[in-house]
Amino acid sequence: MRFLHVLIRIFAIMRKEFIHIRRDPRTLAIVIILPIFQLIIFGYAVTSDVKHLPLAVFDQDRTAASRALIEAYRNSGYFDIAYYVSTHDEIAYLIDAGLARAGLTIPPGYSNRLARREQAEVSFIIDGSDPTIANTALASASAIGQAHGAELLQTALRRGGTLPGLLPGVEVRTRVWYNPNMRSANYMVPALIGLILQTLTALLTAVAIVREREQGTLESLIVTPIRSVELVLGKIVPYVVLAFMDMILILVVGTYWFHVPINGSVTLLLALAALFLMSSLGIGLLVSSAARTQQEAMMMAFFTILPSVFLSGFMFPIASMPPVLQWLSKVIPLTYFLVIDRGIVLKGNGMDILLPQVTMLTVLGVIILSLAVLRFRKRLE
Amino acid sequence: MTDSPIVVEADRLSRRFGPIVAVNELSLTVARGEIFGLIGPDGAGKTTVLRLLAAVMPPSSGQARVLGFDIRHQAERIRQAIGYMPQKFSLYADLTVIENLNFFADLFNVRGARRHQRIAELLAFSRLAEFTERRAAALSGGMQKKLALACALIHNPQVIFLDEPTTGVDPISRREFWDILSSLHVQGATIIVSTPYMDEAERCSRVGLMYEGRIAECDTPDGLRRLTPGELLAVWTPQVMQARRIAAALPGVLEVQTYGDLLHVFVHDAAAIAPQLAQALAAAGVPVTEIKRAQPRVEEAFISLIVGRRAAT
Repeated sequence: MRFLHVLIRIFAIMRKEFIHIRRDPRTLAIVIILPIFQLIIFGYAVTSDVKHLPLAVFDQDRTAASRALIEAYRNSGYFDIAYYVSTHDEIAYLIDAGLARAGLTIPPGYSNRLARREQAEVSFIIDGSDPTIANTALASASAIGQAHGAELLQTALRRGGTLPGLLPGVEVRTRVWYNPNMRSANYMVPALIGLILQTLTALLTAVAIVREREQGTLESLIVTPIRSVELVLGKIVPYVVLAFMDMILILVVGTYWFHVPINGSVTLLLALAALFLMSSLGIGLLVSSAARTQQEAMMMAFFTILPSVFLSGFMFPIASMPPVLQWLSKVIPLTYFLVIDRGIVLKGNGMDILLPQVTMLTVLGVIILSLAVLRFRKRLE
Repeated sequence: MTDSPIVVEADRLSRRFGPIVAVNELSLTVARGEIFGLIGPDGAGKTTVLRLLAAVMPPSSGQARVLGFDIRHQAERIRQAIGYMPQKFSLYADLTVIENLNFFADLFNVRGARRHQRIAELLAFSRLAEFTERRAAALSGGMQKKLALACALIHNPQVIFLDEPTTGVDPISRREFWDILSSLHVQGATIIVSTPYMDEAERCSRVGLMYEGRIAECDTPDGLRRLTPGELLAVWTPQVMQARRIAAALPGVLEVQTYGDLLHVFVHDAAAIAPQLAQALAAAGVPVTEIKRAQPRVEEAFISLIVGRRAAT
C-alpha cells in the first residue's frame, strides 16, 4: 500500500513535468532542435575530411604525360584544379591569398624522364596553416602520385611484354581500419550521442528543479507528503525519456543520412547510455542544488559541458594533451562513454573489451549521483 | 494525531538569517477550533513563523509542536495533517485549475470517489467550477488565491496555515475569501492566518500582534481594543490638519490619528475632554460636523502600541 502511494506520487510529478514540456516551447526547442543543430555542425562543418581543396597547377612540361598526372589529381576528388599558372610566384600569391590551398609544379622534362624510365619528380606545396587538413592532403597528394607512377610503370611493362604479376618489387600498402575512408562523420556522429545525452539531461533536469524553487512552487511541494527521492525521480524520468528519444533520432539520422555503419549491438549501446546518464543526471542535480535561478542553472550546466567537449576526446585526442589535462580527462564521465560509444558503433566491441570503461563509468556515476542526492534537500534554505 | 485542545504550541522559537533575526524567541499556543490571526507590518516575521510551524523551514532554536508532532523531527507527519498556503502564488501557472487540483490530490493520496467528491466541493465553494479548464496563469489574483486555498485543502486538513491570503486582492474578493474561512471555521477547522490588514483581525477569534520578530500582544480583538490607553473620541471636521494641531495641544490628550475627514483623539477621560475639545475647536473657528465617543479598532490599538514601543526604545 505504501509502495503504491510512492508510485502514485512519482507518476504525479512525471505527468506534471510532461505537461510542462508540452506547453513550454523553449524546452521543446532544446529537445528537438539541439540534436539536429549539433548533428549538422559536427556532421558537416566540423570536419577534417579533405575534399575539393583548390589546387594551383604550374605545368612546365605541357605534354600528354603531365596532363595525365593532373587528371589523376582531379579524379581523386581531394583536389579541384582551380588555377593554371605560369610562374612560381603566382602559386605563392594564390596560397598567400587563400585562393588556393595547394600548388603542384610539374618541371619541364617530366615526360622525357618518364620515357627514359627515370625517376620523375614533381613538387607539391601545401598550406600548412590548418595542420589537420595539411596532413591529410599531403598524404593524399603523395598517394595519388605513387598510384599514378605505379600505373605508368604497369602500362610501360605491359608494352614491353612482361607480365606485371611476375614483377619483383616493393610495395607499401597502407590501410586504415574501422573507418576506412577516414570520414569525420563516422567518428563524430556516435560521439554526439554522448554529448547530447549529457547536455540534455544535465541542463534540463537542473533547470526543471531550479524552476520550482524560483517560481515558489517548491514551497507548495514541501508541505505535501512527497519525499525528496520521489520528487527527484519524478523530475528526472521525463528527461531521460527525452534523452533516449534524441539518442534514437541521432542513430537514425546518423545511419540513413550520414551513412554511419553501426557495427555493434544497439541494445548494449542503449544499456550503457543509461549507465552514462547516472553521472550526467547527477551533474544536473548538483547544479540544481547550487543554482538559485534558471539562468544560473543554465550557465552552470554549460560550464560543465565545456570541459566535456574539449577534454573527453570528443574533438581532440586525449593522447596529445599535456599530462595535467590527460589526468583531468580521467574524471570526466564522457571520456569513458565516448570510448564505449565509438567502440560499439565503429568497431562492434562487446562488453568483454569495454569492461574497464564500464567499470569507471559506474564508479563515477555512483559517486556523482550519491553526492547529488545527499545535497538535495526538500526544505527551504 | 491527538485530541488535545492545543493544536499549536511554540516555545521560544527563533529563526535567524545570517545577522537578521526574523523570529525572536516567540512563544504561542493556538487551541483547536480557533481562527488565530498573526497581524503585523511587513517584515515583522509573520511569514517565517508560519513556515516554521508548517515545517517548511527548520528553526534556529526553540521548540514547537503542531498537533503534538515536533516540527523538527516529525515534519512529514505534520505535512500530512495540515494545509499550508504560501504567500506567493505557488501553483503551476501552465497547468489548468483541474490539473493543479488533481496533482495535489495525487500527492496527498486522495483518490477515487473521495477525490471526485472533494474536488467538486472545493470547486463549488471557491466558485471556480466554470474555470476548470483555464490555466492558472490566466486567473485573476483573487481566483488564484482561491485555487491555492482549494489545493491546500484537498486532503481535508484539520489545521490550516494561510500566509497573507488576501494581500493584493480586491476588497470584494477579500470579503469572499474571509467568508470561505469562516465557513471552514464553522466546520471545525483550526486556522492560523497572517495578514497586514488590521480590519481582518476583527474576524479572528484571537490575534497576535507581531512586531520585530515577537508577538507584542496576544488577545481577542476585544481584549486588544481595551489595551489602547485611555478612551477614543471621533471628530468629523473638514479642517482636519488644524483640528489635529488644536487637539494635540490640549492637556489630557494622549495621541491623535487622522483618517481623511475623521480625527481619532485618544484621551484619558472622554466625558471630561469632549466639551473642552469642542470649545477649543469652536474658538479657533474650526467647523465640526460631529464629536462622539467611539470604540477603538484593533488598528488603533496596534498603532498606539507600536508608537509606544518605539518611544520607549
